[in-house]
Amino acid sequence: MESHANEILLRWIVLVPLLGAAANGLLNRRLPKQVSGLLACGAVGVSFALSIVVFLRLAGMPVAERFLSDTVTTWIGFGRLQVDLAFALDPLNAVMALVVTGVGFLIHVYSLGYMAHDAGFQRFFAYLNLFIFAMMTLVLGENLLMLFVGWEGVGLCSYLLISFWFNDEANAAAGKKAFIVNRIGDFGFLLGMFLIGVTVLPHLGAGEGLLSFRVLQHHAGALAPAATAICLLLFLGATGKSAQIPLFIWLPDAMAGPTPVSALIHAATMVTAGVYMVARMNFLFVLSPAAMNVVAIVGAATAIFAATIALTQNDIKKVLAYSTVSQLGYMMLACGVGAFAVGIFHVMTHAFFKALLFLGSGSVIHAMSNEQDMRVMGGLRKKLPVTWWTFLVGTLALAGIFPLAGFFSKDEILWKAFSSGNQVLWAIGFVAAGLTAFYMMRLLVLTFFGENRASPEVKHHIHESPLTMTLPLVVLAVLSLVGGWVGIPHFMGGGAHFEQWLEPVFAGGHHVVEAAHGAADAAHGAAADAVHHDTTMEWILAGASLAWGILGLLLGWLVYARRLGVAEGARRLAGGFPYRLLEHKYYVDEAYEATFIRPGYRLSKTVLWKWIDAGLIDGILVNGSALVVAVVGSVVRLFQNGMVRFYAWSITVGVTVFVLYLCFSG
Amino acid sequence: MEVTLTHYLVLATLLFLTGMTGFVVRRNAIVMLMCVELMLCAVNIVFVAFSRLHGDGGGHVFVLMNFAVAAAEAAIGLAILVEIFRRRRTVDVDDLKALME
Repeated sequence: MESHANEILLRWIVLVPLLGAAANGLLNRRLPKQVSGLLACGAVGVSFALSIVVFLRLAGMPVAERFLSDTVTTWIGFGRLQVDLAFALDPLNAVMALVVTGVGFLIHVYSLGYMAHDAGFQRFFAYLNLFIFAMMTLVLGENLLMLFVGWEGVGLCSYLLISFWFNDEANAAAGKKAFIVNRIGDFGFLLGMFLIGVTVLPHLGAGEGLLSFRVLQHHAGALAPAATAICLLLFLGATGKSAQIPLFIWLPDAMAGPTPVSALIHAATMVTAGVYMVARMNFLFVLSPAAMNVVAIVGAATAIFAATIALTQNDIKKVLAYSTVSQLGYMMLACGVGAFAVGIFHVMTHAFFKALLFLGSGSVIHAMSNEQDMRVMGGLRKKLPVTWWTFLVGTLALAGIFPLAGFFSKDEILWKAFSSGNQVLWAIGFVAAGLTAFYMMRLLVLTFFGENRASPEVKHHIHESPLTMTLPLVVLAVLSLVGGWVGIPHFMGGGAHFEQWLEPVFAGGHHVVEAAHGAADAAHGAAADAVHHDTTMEWILAGASLAWGILGLLLGWLVYARRLGVAEGARRLAGGFPYRLLEHKYYVDEAYEATFIRPGYRLSKTVLWKWIDAGLIDGILVNGSALVVAVVGSVVRLFQNGMVRFYAWSITVGVTVFVLYLCFSG
Repeated sequence: MEVTLTHYLVLATLLFLTGMTGFVVRRNAIVMLMCVELMLCAVNIVFVAFSRLHGDGGGHVFVLMNFAVAAAEAAIGLAILVEIFRRRRTVDVDDLKALME
């Protein structure tokens, strides 16, 4: 394919942040902080500007032809096994690219203020730029292997940034936990990729890239027999990266990193990579109803599971972390019921308001001299006006209040779950939505209302954050306010522009279904379309979820601002057991500790160390081979006795025997 | 009596066996070197004999090369022996086993 001028831009979207990372990482302390910050923000800014350019070019193309590609070189060329180092842009990753670079840019600017007094300023920006590079590789990669490269890259950056303040043992442990838990998911991803490769290789024509999304989509029929296995393996990868049950445990611990990192990586962008990957492979997932059910059920379960934990956490960032896990569950739920476009819609709106909430919490933590416990906060409404107002917007958006961004995406997810016939999943999502509103109001009340409960010296230092921090807050607040309007559904008189924009990407999935199962089995999409005309149900559900959200907020207000006894009562309910269960996060960490980690250690110490390493490797393989050499040597050295005539005699006898053998063996 | 290939081969064999026996039996290094020369000489005779039989001059080339190698070997061997004699006052190979084990 001929490379167009705008197509060449794709590689620069990815490469410019890498250059920024290289400059910051190599020069490090030799760069003045201003230059370092300017370089880092500039690199992401350029990336964002380029993303807008290619987005506009894509939007200017006819709907069916919206595809740009930029092949840098053939990466692996081995007979029919061909993988390109290539980037591609279609409506799906155009949205992701804008969100990642846009929100990323705002968070870079915010970090200028937040990290201003940190000794590792340059290192921080090097990592942050490296992250944007990896994330853009993930998003813009033209094939599954490029996506995987980015996938591992963001995992590395996540690790580096979680344990950014590595002098503290706990931070280092949190980074390690995130990395190791993600490795489990990555293993599934790898196996899924191998399975795809093995299955599709015999069907490839000449010049077709092995793992290219377009090629895979074209050969989806050939992949159909293995679709369930492949999708489940890929989804295991997604549960790791996107913090779903059972691999969500790393995300709350990841809050050990600096707050801009939590906002950028662990709320807005990296953790949505799993959702993006599932949406990207939609043509495969729709072939396997079983895998889709797993995705939907895991998503819904994660949504409510994490929401209940968030009710009892006292660390402001932990509440937001569990909220993120819960919202990621919603996105997976959307993908699981076949509404990939809505899942991506929620990725976008969530990126806005959750980045806002995290940055707001960062501003609060900054003001409170690095205190994260909400029990000693309170009354910050007057002292941090910008933070308070923007935080309020974020809270309302997350709680799904009309007409903020969260309302449209969350309501659409619930509607899709309901209309696809999964009423149970809808009910779970609905309950979780109320819980979301409740715990966010709790957070708001504890942080911003009432009397300040901090110590006098901390109280003395409370101040609003500098402009570099408040400006991104305001921009994100505006986005959280209006960001949902691009996806106003039909029944409210909107154009559902967002879904239409993504239609070309996900329509392919439906064609695949029809090709594989015949048109009759394409029930998923068709049933949804049939119900679509009856808008009363949509109105009722939308109204119910709005009312439910407001009710959650009101309850939260009542319990935590007016009737404090209720919260105390709930804590003591049934002997305090339910509360303790939630407070200890359902003892999941403890369960993993008991079932995997401690037996793992024991296995390593006894079998792997004492037997395999000390016994087999050291004892038999290393010392054993040395022993064999010694024994053979002690026998053989008898022949080396220094008697020249003995040697000569040996040669004579040997040659004679050899010649006789040649003569008489025929 | 016509001299045939067999005669040459028998002569060469006897010469070679003489050299070999001498090499194995004698302890004087100089005598052993001379025995090696005898064996080389036997080989040269075989080369020439077969060269003549096949009418192929290649055998002569080998003989000439053997001469060169034998000369070089004798020169180096004798030089080494002279040096050994200077140090050890003997050229009895049974006494020269410093490299044993």
